[in-house]
Amino acid sequence: MSQNTEHVLDHFDLFRQPEYVEMFENKKKNYENPHPADKFEEIRDWTKTWEYREKNFAREALTVNPAKACQPLGAVFAAVGFEGTLPFVHGSQGCVAYYRSHFSRHFKEPSSCVSSSMTEDAAVFGGLNNMIDGLANAYNLYKPKMIAVSTTCMAEVIGDDLNGFIQNAKAKGSVPPEFDVPYAHTPAFVGSHVTGYDNTLKGILEHFWEGKERAPNGKINFIGGFDGYTVGNLREIKRMFGLMDVDATILADNSEVWDTPADGQFRMYDGGTTLEDAKLALNAKATVSMQEFCTEKSLAYAASKGQEIAAFNHPVGVAATDKFLMEIARLSGKPISAELEKERGRLVDAIADSSAHIHGKKFAVYGDPDLTLGLTAFLLELGAEPVHVLATNGNETWANKVQALFDASPFGKGCHVYAGKDLWHMRSLLFTEPVDFLIGNTYGKYLERDTGTPLIRIGFPIFDRHHHHRYPVWGYQGAMNVLVWILDKIFDEMDKNTNVPSKTDYSYDIIR
Amino acid sequence: MASLRQIAFYGKGGIGKSTTSQNTLAALADMGQKILIVGCDPKADSTRLILHAKAQDTILSLAAEAGSVEDLELDDVMKIGYKDIRCVESGGPEPGVGCAGRGVITSINFLEEEGAYDGADYVSYDVLGDVVCGGFAMPIRENKAQEIYIVMSGEMMAMYAANNISKGILKYANSGGVRLGGLVCNERQTDKELELAESLAKKLNTKLIHFVPRDNVVQHAELRRMTVLEYAPDSKQADEYRQLAKKIHENGGKGTIPTPITMDELEDLLMEHGIMKKVDESIIGKTAAELAAAAAAA
Repeated sequence: MSQNTEHVLDHFDLFRQPEYVEMFENKKKNYENPHPADKFEEIRDWTKTWEYREKNFAREALTVNPAKACQPLGAVFAAVGFEGTLPFVHGSQGCVAYYRSHFSRHFKEPSSCVSSSMTEDAAVFGGLNNMIDGLANAYNLYKPKMIAVSTTCMAEVIGDDLNGFIQNAKAKGSVPPEFDVPYAHTPAFVGSHVTGYDNTLKGILEHFWEGKERAPNGKINFIGGFDGYTVGNLREIKRMFGLMDVDATILADNSEVWDTPADGQFRMYDGGTTLEDAKLALNAKATVSMQEFCTEKSLAYAASKGQEIAAFNHPVGVAATDKFLMEIARLSGKPISAELEKERGRLVDAIADSSAHIHGKKFAVYGDPDLTLGLTAFLLELGAEPVHVLATNGNETWANKVQALFDASPFGKGCHVYAGKDLWHMRSLLFTEPVDFLIGNTYGKYLERDTGTPLIRIGFPIFDRHHHHRYPVWGYQGAMNVLVWILDKIFDEMDKNTNVPSKTDYSYDIIR
Repeated sequence: MASLRQIAFYGKGGIGKSTTSQNTLAALADMGQKILIVGCDPKADSTRLILHAKAQDTILSLAAEAGSVEDLELDDVMKIGYKDIRCVESGGPEPGVGCAGRGVITSINFLEEEGAYDGADYVSYDVLGDVVCGGFAMPIRENKAQEIYIVMSGEMMAMYAANNISKGILKYANSGGVRLGGLVCNERQTDKELELAESLAKKLNTKLIHFVPRDNVVQHAELRRMTVLEYAPDSKQADEYRQLAKKIHENGGKGTIPTPITMDELEDLLMEHGIMKKVDESIIGKTAAELAAAAAAA
């Protein structure tokens, strides 16, 4: 045996021991009915061709590795951003385990969320009893200040009516009549996690705003949208607003609950937009969203209440941040602070310092619609070429916006946008029209292995690198972080390419 | 928009729900009302008389062709028929597969998001048979139909269905604003039909809003894929539908919360009117031979 208690081998080494190697070979030979290795290679090579790419893009009835998640994931993301709020997903347990593990793996924090545990009988008779018992249990066990209800596929297919169910549950005494239970229908088979975020945020705003009289004040509501960098970004936003003395309400502020300190106290809920602030947000002068495609319905709702609205596309970089801050200055009447101007200058300086290395580099980018728009704009600003830009949950409007960015820059020539495509399409793109770097989430790792394109991890989820979510990507300082991540990978690749002593180390490699 | 009235027609399959609703809505259109019909029956026959068409392309069939509902525009699914009545059919899967109820949810969500209801005075949902799952109850959820009209007849099963639908309405009435507008009896010429319909209405805490007599002109019009209102506007039957339309128009906000009855009560009701005889418990489960032997012995 290769494993013994005195010296326990990690799986990295264990499965490379001779008995395991032999076992895997036998398994393949005896049970997997394998094709000969040369046939295997032949097919693999064929899938790298233009011919295969064309077949791949003609694909109609199959999605392979979509770069998106489902609505309830976005629902949970929005819900935890409110004070003492427990996300309650009406549906089966497995779904909720997925949301929790997904967030825990990304933020390295526990993610509290409950399910109404619908099983077969609930599928037949409807989930009303699950709602009644579930709300009562959640309320009594976890002492939330608010329970935000969303749905999974199962509850949606059988047509459970949340509004009716919640009222019935209240009538049965599951929670007190005045207890806040906002809700949103979030069928997982429609849209993506950004849709779920939007529906849930709108549901919560409606819960607090509907039927109330608006008394306008000068405040600004700020919405971040579904964002893997929410912890770092929202803190950066608060810092910038503080520097400018902007009076703002951050809606769905989940920056605390996903970054709780290890001081011996477990915080099931932490921080978040207070329920009082959520109510008063109706009176704000304007609602600003950092991610247009995450907040289409929420912004339309805010506008219907008479608020001014402004939407951005995950702004990254100098020009995008300028535009954002100028809009904030206009809405708030507060000038952009000298400190921020200085930060801007530093970012411009840093970009100039590294321009020689980034200029002309080719990139492939995938992710959520707003993030890819933000990154595309930044790459073009740096003089890089975002050759392939792909969003599985991007629509035609998104594609037109990306195209407009291409058209407005000399570096956008020869760049293409792909709406509704998946990562298997991206694989064909990377083989047929190779680029220098790939920007995407952790799942890009498979493309990196397969195609040899170095991966720069920006997006959600990032499971295999730690703590990036603590860094902002918004604001001038955020753009600095993105710049550094890109540069680090460029230099790593350069080093990898020159690391054979007395053979490829002909330059003075200490300085880049 | 503030005055938008949303109504729904429910009833047992084959009872004449689509015929009754289309004729009534045509009469409402004659009264100058702007109407939108939302067919919620996978058969997609809720609009054929208005459109003079066999069956309208449904939202779901078009969505399946286009890839998803998000790829559809309102103009793709909406057809204009008699007196500018706007028509959509939600459609649904073939028998034996998929989930028709979800289809109704998907379609109604799509219509609301696309602003299909803008500018209409009436939205009418035509819903298949019994309330069978949450999806078919979509039109009676909060902020959808305010009044439900149940089309029934003097037949046992039609009354059973009417009672069942009342149960569905009751579920939602307590938490929302949906009310039972009344029963519409579509004459089948069964015994004591009018009396029966009236007493059922009373039991259900509603009223028989109209008794539509049987008339062959309805069939004649249907063969031509027309409503009676259009085919034979001067006929007596057209007047019946006009009366029904007027009653529905004046019935806004007058709906009630139904009080569904048990199966036993329903049977009692039939016995009261002599439609059903009290069952002699001694003959239950006895074959003809056994009964003959018993009769001979006696």
